[in-house]
Amino acid sequence: MAIIDSPAIKERSTVNMIMFTVILGLLPALFLQIGFFGYQILGNLFFGIGFALFLEAVCLKLRNYPIRPFILDGSAFVTAWLLIISVPANIPIWTLLIGIFFSIVVAKHAYGGIGSNPFNPAMIGYAVLLISFPKIMTNWPISDGFEIRNFIQFSQFFSIANINEAYDAIVSATPLDQIKTSLFLGKEVNALPISLSTLSSYQMIAILYFLGGIFLVYKKVITWHLPLSLILSIYIFSGLLHLYDQNTYMSPLFHLLNGATFLAAFFIITDPVSSPTTLKGKIIFGILIGLITVIIRNYGGYPDGIAFAVIFMNICVPLIEKFTQPKVFGYE
Amino acid sequence: MEITDKIFKFFGGIKPNGHKAISTINPIKRLPIPKKLIIPVRQHVGKVPNIKVSVGDKVLKGQILAEPIANISAATHSSSSGTVIAIESNKIPHPSGLPDLCITIETDGKDEWIKRNRIDPSNLSSEALYETMKSSGIVGLGGATFPTHIKLNSNKIKTLIVNAAECEPYITCDDMAMQEKTKEFIEGIQITMDFLKIPHAIIGIEDNKPKAIEKLKTVLNKSKNITIKVVPTVYPSGDEKRLIYLMLGLKISKEKRPVDFGIQVFNVATLISIGRFFYHSEPVISRIVTVTGALKRPNNYEALIGTPIQELIKDAGGKSDQEIIMGGPMMGFKLPHTDVSVTKAMNCLLAITDEMKSKDTFEMPCIRCTKCVEVCPAQLQPQELYWHAKSKQFEKLTEDYKLFDCIECGCCSYVCPSNIPLVQYYRYAKSEIRDQLKSSEVADIARERNEFRLYRLEREKKERAERNAQRRAQTSDSDKKKLIEEKKAAIAEAMKRIEEKEK
Repeated sequence: MAIIDSPAIKERSTVNMIMFTVILGLLPALFLQIGFFGYQILGNLFFGIGFALFLEAVCLKLRNYPIRPFILDGSAFVTAWLLIISVPANIPIWTLLIGIFFSIVVAKHAYGGIGSNPFNPAMIGYAVLLISFPKIMTNWPISDGFEIRNFIQFSQFFSIANINEAYDAIVSATPLDQIKTSLFLGKEVNALPISLSTLSSYQMIAILYFLGGIFLVYKKVITWHLPLSLILSIYIFSGLLHLYDQNTYMSPLFHLLNGATFLAAFFIITDPVSSPTTLKGKIIFGILIGLITVIIRNYGGYPDGIAFAVIFMNICVPLIEKFTQPKVFGYE
Repeated sequence: MEITDKIFKFFGGIKPNGHKAISTINPIKRLPIPKKLIIPVRQHVGKVPNIKVSVGDKVLKGQILAEPIANISAATHSSSSGTVIAIESNKIPHPSGLPDLCITIETDGKDEWIKRNRIDPSNLSSEALYETMKSSGIVGLGGATFPTHIKLNSNKIKTLIVNAAECEPYITCDDMAMQEKTKEFIEGIQITMDFLKIPHAIIGIEDNKPKAIEKLKTVLNKSKNITIKVVPTVYPSGDEKRLIYLMLGLKISKEKRPVDFGIQVFNVATLISIGRFFYHSEPVISRIVTVTGALKRPNNYEALIGTPIQELIKDAGGKSDQEIIMGGPMMGFKLPHTDVSVTKAMNCLLAITDEMKSKDTFEMPCIRCTKCVEVCPAQLQPQELYWHAKSKQFEKLTEDYKLFDCIECGCCSYVCPSNIPLVQYYRYAKSEIRDQLKSSEVADIARERNEFRLYRLEREKKERAERNAQRRAQTSDSDKKKLIEEKKAAIAEAMKRIEEKEK
């Protein structure tokens, strides 16, 4: 006899449907990335996600949870994916796997698994890698342009040997990093070594993250509050600095298109588990992450500070929620 | 309160598939009089009425079987003519599955009415009207079954709202009733307005009932004192406080009642029975029931109170072993027994569909997605309620998160991607809190009693000590000597008596 609790009907929505939509939103950017940089990213995804699911299964087994429904919820899949696209594609596979370990085992399961982790698991993995392997984490491959050839070679990614080929690829720091170093050395914005007029490959990928994010808002997987408040916050705070001194501070548009701004706005800070539940809280959360990011980018030791800003603000979530509880119907 | 054409859309709500068309194809149907009617004595909120018949009595249609003994109570009538063959505990349609006292009538098929006198409300004083209403058996037929005469006994009402929203999926009994019993419906509204001495009423109806809206608009063509407000189809627009907001833009919390704002809300079926009672002298002996769901011929039935539900299900093409929900799919409950009879609260019998049976019930952890917040019409934080209910932090639930403002509409459970039975958690927390409150009340009384007893013992002790001291102080030394000598003499006398006996 079926157990019927009221309500007897239910909308068709499950956790894995949400996760699947998130992946759909990330796919266009992946396509562009392969075109620009080749198949390494696919190898990273294959081995990285495989390892994440393996660790997830082991943790579930150790914690006496049913493996099937929890593996299929898609959360470990998405966490691994987000970490992999946040690190340089030419990262040595063992380094990546260390990051995955910290994301899944330490940040997620040690804190109680899905729904209980106070920190964004992908960002914990990222921060561990950035602190432990700064050289690897700041050397990004350079693109010769979008090439169809990259897709044809894609069958090679199953060979680990080929993945290590990435070591020989030409690498460079990201524009954020380069500019930071140059400005630190006393150069002025108009004398910088990079072209600011044409879109770089990374900027084009960032635009696809933006479009993928709009898709998530349209699909109602996320609301506009978090992304908009982060984007506006970065724009306004970097814009204020730019207005103050155009020779030392980059334009707000540069800050939006470089680094992980759009990826974070739509895919990272929107992780429901580690972000506030109240609408006002979401706006405060986004604004403060933006502010901290702008501060780290301009004055801190790392080129991009979003990961640290997210982790810091994760700690503040219970406090933010406490002070932003909305009024109940009839009590306004 | 000023009434405008504006609709005030409330926050949240959901738009599930209505499934209403399947039961509105054919007109409301009446079945032949059942051989047996099993009528529960109490079918309302309040005191059990006093049974006025005994086994073996002949009863007529509309005759009072049990009459109200207190204000919050209602009469129960015989739905047809026949003989009382049993007054005993029987299964009733209640989520607990517990039996209750029922009167079983073997019908004679004559359907003979008791002598009826037309009641003219305009000739009666308001007290007389109130007493008349008390004997009508009319209760809130939307499902709440609160005795209606209480709601009419107020001179503070300024606005009458007619709840014709019928927002639950599948249910169509009010829709069909408005189409087929338009006259009685309008009559019921008019009488209620006279009762409450108010000039205006608003009908709130969802836009998924175009035929009923059309019919009402034609009938109400010239009438300026009854307004129709068509609201978008969003569940739960038929919730009393949500409907008041839709109509008037007034938000009322759990701490206040609509009456405090001069508002009274009546359901369609209730108003129709008021109309029938005054214009046709007919107490509540039948009601319209939507019989729908996984059945061959879903339909609406005008069923006599006490009709075994299996007769309705069989006529609608169902099987006797089908699982049945009483009420709608959102707030209804599965009947623990399906061999029960129609009661005043029964607006819908919903045969459970395959879709409902295949509902995924594996409960995942909450991922804080706040889909529930987006749909909660009470603007609560369902995820906070869930966490605090689960960790039994009851004080926070009532103080900070207003658990008792939850109307258990089920919107949160409906959208939850983790399949958490949220409403069940809230019901559990509510009953725990009520129990705690009750036991703390009992404990308070016991403590007060004990404290008083200790105080009394202490006081008595003090009083006794005081009395003794007083006595001691009053007796002088010579008196004491005299007393001692008297006692000595008494002892000597007693000793002498003993000696004599021994000889």
